Amino acid sequence: MVISKKGSALTAVVHLTVLFLVVMWTIPTAGLFISSIRDKDQLSTSGWWTALSTSEQRLVERAASPESQTQENGLWVIRGNVLGDSEGEVTRFGSSSLKPEDFAAGETAELRRGIRLQVMANGDYEISSETEMQGRRGQRIFYTAEVPPRFTLDNYREVLGAEGLGKSFINSLTVTIPATIIPILIAAFAAYALAWMKFPGRGLLIAAVVGLLVVPLQMSLIPLLKSYNVIGEFFGVGAKTYVGIWLAHTGFGLPLAIYLLRNYIAGLPGEIIESARVDGASDFDIFRKIILPLSFPALASFAIFQFLWVWNDLLIAMVFLGNNEDQLVMTGQLRELLGSRGGNWEILTASAFITIIIPLCVFFGLQRYLVRGLLAGSVK
Amino acid sequence: MGQLATALVTMILGVLACAAYFYGSNALLDLIFPGKNRPASEIARNLRISNRIRPWLFLGPAVLILTFYLFYPVVDSLRLSFFGRTGEEFVGLSNYTWLFGSEEFYESFRNNMLWLIFVPTAATFFGLVIATMTDRIWWGNIAKSLIFMPMAISFIGASVIWKFIYDYRSGGDPQIGLLNAIVVFFGGDPQPWITIPFWNNFFLMIILVWIQTGFAMVILSAALRGIPDETIEAAVLDGANGVQIFFKIMVPQIWGTIAVVWTTITILVLKVFDIVLAMTNGQWGTQVLANQMFDWMFRGGGDFGRGAVVAIVIMVLVIPIMVWNIKRANAEMEGR
Amino acid sequence: MADVKLTNVKKVYANQVEVMRDINLDIKQGEFIVFVGPSGCGKSTLLRMISGLEEISGGTLEIDGQVVNDIPPSLRGIAMVFQSYALYPHMTVYDNMAFSLQIAKVAKDDIDQQVRKAAEMLQLTPYLDRLPKALSGGQRQRVAIGRAIVRRPKVFLFDEPLSNLDAALRVATRMEIANLKESMPDSTMIYVTHDQVEAMTLADRIVLLSAGNIEQVGSPLALYERPENVFVAKFIGAPAMNIIPCTVQSTGDHTEVSLSSGQAVTLPIKTASSEQGKPAHFGVRPEHLDIAGDGDAAILEGEVSFIESLGEATLLYIAVPGMDDMVIAKQIGTIPTQRGDKVRLVANPERLHLFDENEQSYRTE
Repeated sequence: MVISKKGSALTAVVHLTVLFLVVMWTIPTAGLFISSIRDKDQLSTSGWWTALSTSEQRLVERAASPESQTQENGLWVIRGNVLGDSEGEVTRFGSSSLKPEDFAAGETAELRRGIRLQVMANGDYEISSETEMQGRRGQRIFYTAEVPPRFTLDNYREVLGAEGLGKSFINSLTVTIPATIIPILIAAFAAYALAWMKFPGRGLLIAAVVGLLVVPLQMSLIPLLKSYNVIGEFFGVGAKTYVGIWLAHTGFGLPLAIYLLRNYIAGLPGEIIESARVDGASDFDIFRKIILPLSFPALASFAIFQFLWVWNDLLIAMVFLGNNEDQLVMTGQLRELLGSRGGNWEILTASAFITIIIPLCVFFGLQRYLVRGLLAGSVK
Repeated sequence: MGQLATALVTMILGVLACAAYFYGSNALLDLIFPGKNRPASEIARNLRISNRIRPWLFLGPAVLILTFYLFYPVVDSLRLSFFGRTGEEFVGLSNYTWLFGSEEFYESFRNNMLWLIFVPTAATFFGLVIATMTDRIWWGNIAKSLIFMPMAISFIGASVIWKFIYDYRSGGDPQIGLLNAIVVFFGGDPQPWITIPFWNNFFLMIILVWIQTGFAMVILSAALRGIPDETIEAAVLDGANGVQIFFKIMVPQIWGTIAVVWTTITILVLKVFDIVLAMTNGQWGTQVLANQMFDWMFRGGGDFGRGAVVAIVIMVLVIPIMVWNIKRANAEMEGR
Repeated sequence: MADVKLTNVKKVYANQVEVMRDINLDIKQGEFIVFVGPSGCGKSTLLRMISGLEEISGGTLEIDGQVVNDIPPSLRGIAMVFQSYALYPHMTVYDNMAFSLQIAKVAKDDIDQQVRKAAEMLQLTPYLDRLPKALSGGQRQRVAIGRAIVRRPKVFLFDEPLSNLDAALRVATRMEIANLKESMPDSTMIYVTHDQVEAMTLADRIVLLSAGNIEQVGSPLALYERPENVFVAKFIGAPAMNIIPCTVQSTGDHTEVSLSSGQAVTLPIKTASSEQGKPAHFGVRPEHLDIAGDGDAAILEGEVSFIESLGEATLLYIAVPGMDDMVIAKQIGTIPTQRGDKVRLVANPERLHLFDENEQSYRTE
């Protein structure tokens, strides 16, 4: 480019602006990822951007119950550590939620009935009393601690196991793979016929495909749901089946698939196809041996599109699949969590990251094909 | 694991059935009307017949599926919009009078219009700016890749990501939402962003802009690279500065592409649903048509008639773009 | 190896545009026929109709005595070499050549034998495992020819096969095609080109087409020496023949005409007395015009307005008073004539041409 020789000031501005925009665009995702590997207590009390700094946290821990008290030198004593296994430094502590910071670490607090509480900076506490302590529940200890950053995969362990995300991962795959391959096959044949075969009504069909390209799929939901109910009843399988959603995704993906592939296939050199015809190949031979191998880039880019679209789809899955464990896909699961566990950030962030990790891998791995497909569909 | 195996088997069966249809139907046609090893006159006749049939073998499944999944529903939605909640009793125009009399419709219609104006404009603008700038720097491809990335993220995933940006904690608690943290850092008061009437719409739209900018950027960047260098060099020789070159030489040459990007995003916006559903479910004045329709389909057992009416409104909004697309495709085909 | 016979062949497109009109042509076995003509004249369409890629709207096409109008390309016994070579980009050279035999389900050993034989003939053996994109333009062209040879067709069809090659390669490949023809004397070959040099050097007979009609069929020299009409006269030969409007003054065994410049010229061409006084076209090729000696009676006189020196020859552009177009004269070598010089031109009367008001030649033989 000629213009970039204008001087380094302008270039610097361009660099900085792009850097700023890139940061703006990546920060939300980065925040999600960092949050998802933070300890859940830290996650809900401080912003993810503080993840690497020591945070001051007000925490509460219940001491061991009086059942564990032992007698030492005539005193009943309960010992333990408020920090548990984690690292940190206790600065202040207290015994009620009204006065959580009354005492500095190392001081001794007088509680009710002659009970004394001492909490050290390293988190060790000692509750002592001259009489035997009563009750089943342990004393609550409020404390403020300087906690170093903690990273953990616990959140992932939890969502994959207890929250059923592992199961819905498989459900998503079951929906996505056939819903990607079937439309490609059907569309490729149709695209070849529309590009290279002569028959009456061809122009009309192409126009119809272009028209259907923009039909909002919401239009289809009510009539389809009704039809599915009837058909499901007829076969005695209910309206919500995997076959049903495969075909639905096929139907909604077909216009784009046919359009993209037709554009590409019509752009293949006509002489190659004629040459094959002179060589004695039938239309089916030509399709199989010439068109399919040569259309690989277009097939790949549509496959990526359809894969991302089906994997990320929520609407169709909500309408055509059930809400039970066997059929709930990842996006549906995420939405459920958003409703039921909206405050549990550790679950939300980890789940969200799991749902987007596959599309992101596909995206970064096959970006070249995706871009090529986008261009085939839009730029002439 | 059992499910995985079943899934695998069904997958393979489904795909095989599809392939078998194409293979089998073609073989059958060749068997009934052989094109080889016959007298010339018979071959000629057979070929004429099979050449007439074969395109429909290739097109058959596609035409059937398109008819059932897209064409028939459009017609049926139109019919249902004149029927009651179960789709059985004819109610005339009452669904329409209900719709045009309801507050919620005007709210979602207004919001949809806001979306239609703001999202395509902002996404195309950012896309164009980023495409222009990244073409000039050595790490442009990395930058593009990162800005393109949100394309791969589901709307629902994006909603979770942005909930985390807009999160609100009252008063003196430390804010864990980035936006409020910044506001507090500069001495402001934290705001519950997604419940502020009217403006909350824009906070939802930003999510879609964030997703779609990459799409606009990729396509516009290719279009910009398609501009012949000579025209820019000629403009430089004519004494134009960078801004003039951009607006008077480059942008006019890619108008067609800008229009395509614009309409593609517009169509997407009309269908937008997941973001609103996940962020607010239409509360606090953020309802949009698609979510309203979904709502009516299932609310209280579902009202097919009212849902269909909203669907018809969306369809009517799409028709101008559809006509424009068909015209463009036809012009293109004549050019071939 | 076979005859090709076209009888009243027509091509009409769906929108009623007639692109080929009543083509009659008899091609003998072993002939090398070249279709030549300006772009859009229908020469490729005619070839594609013979191949079966384009439907025939009327008339009959016979190959080897059999009407093949409705027979698909692959059963007509033809092979075609395309302008863009049309190699299958995803197959190796070997697979490209073997494709048609594989489709016809020929035994593997036979395929192998035929492909290797053709590759040997075209010096392609070292490249059999390569993909087309790894070959040079000339090699790709040879693969395309090899693919045709392998099918052992009765008729070879070539659709402008050299137009994608650069000038040097074009000459070399042209000679290869001539050799190929010589090594297969029984094969009929039909070759389409817009380049008259290719047509002149390769053809046994040239078919010159214009706007869907055959203008003339004949040997290259016949077309050069005895063009049947003004179109043929101007198309064959470079620079093109000078055509000068004239009026018939006297008829008989010799015809006298007066040119628009006023000169009178007598030609040894027989005309009927009914032509007397009619407008006609006088033709003379630039290479047949010589600068007159002092005593000679000039047929044209004018002022040199432009000179092109090509080294081997010099082209003089001469403005003749009374004529709209300039007359071109081609002289061997370099000559001392300057711009602005007055020149007088003579020509051998045997080399002159005369066409009637409908642009048809008066020569009858």
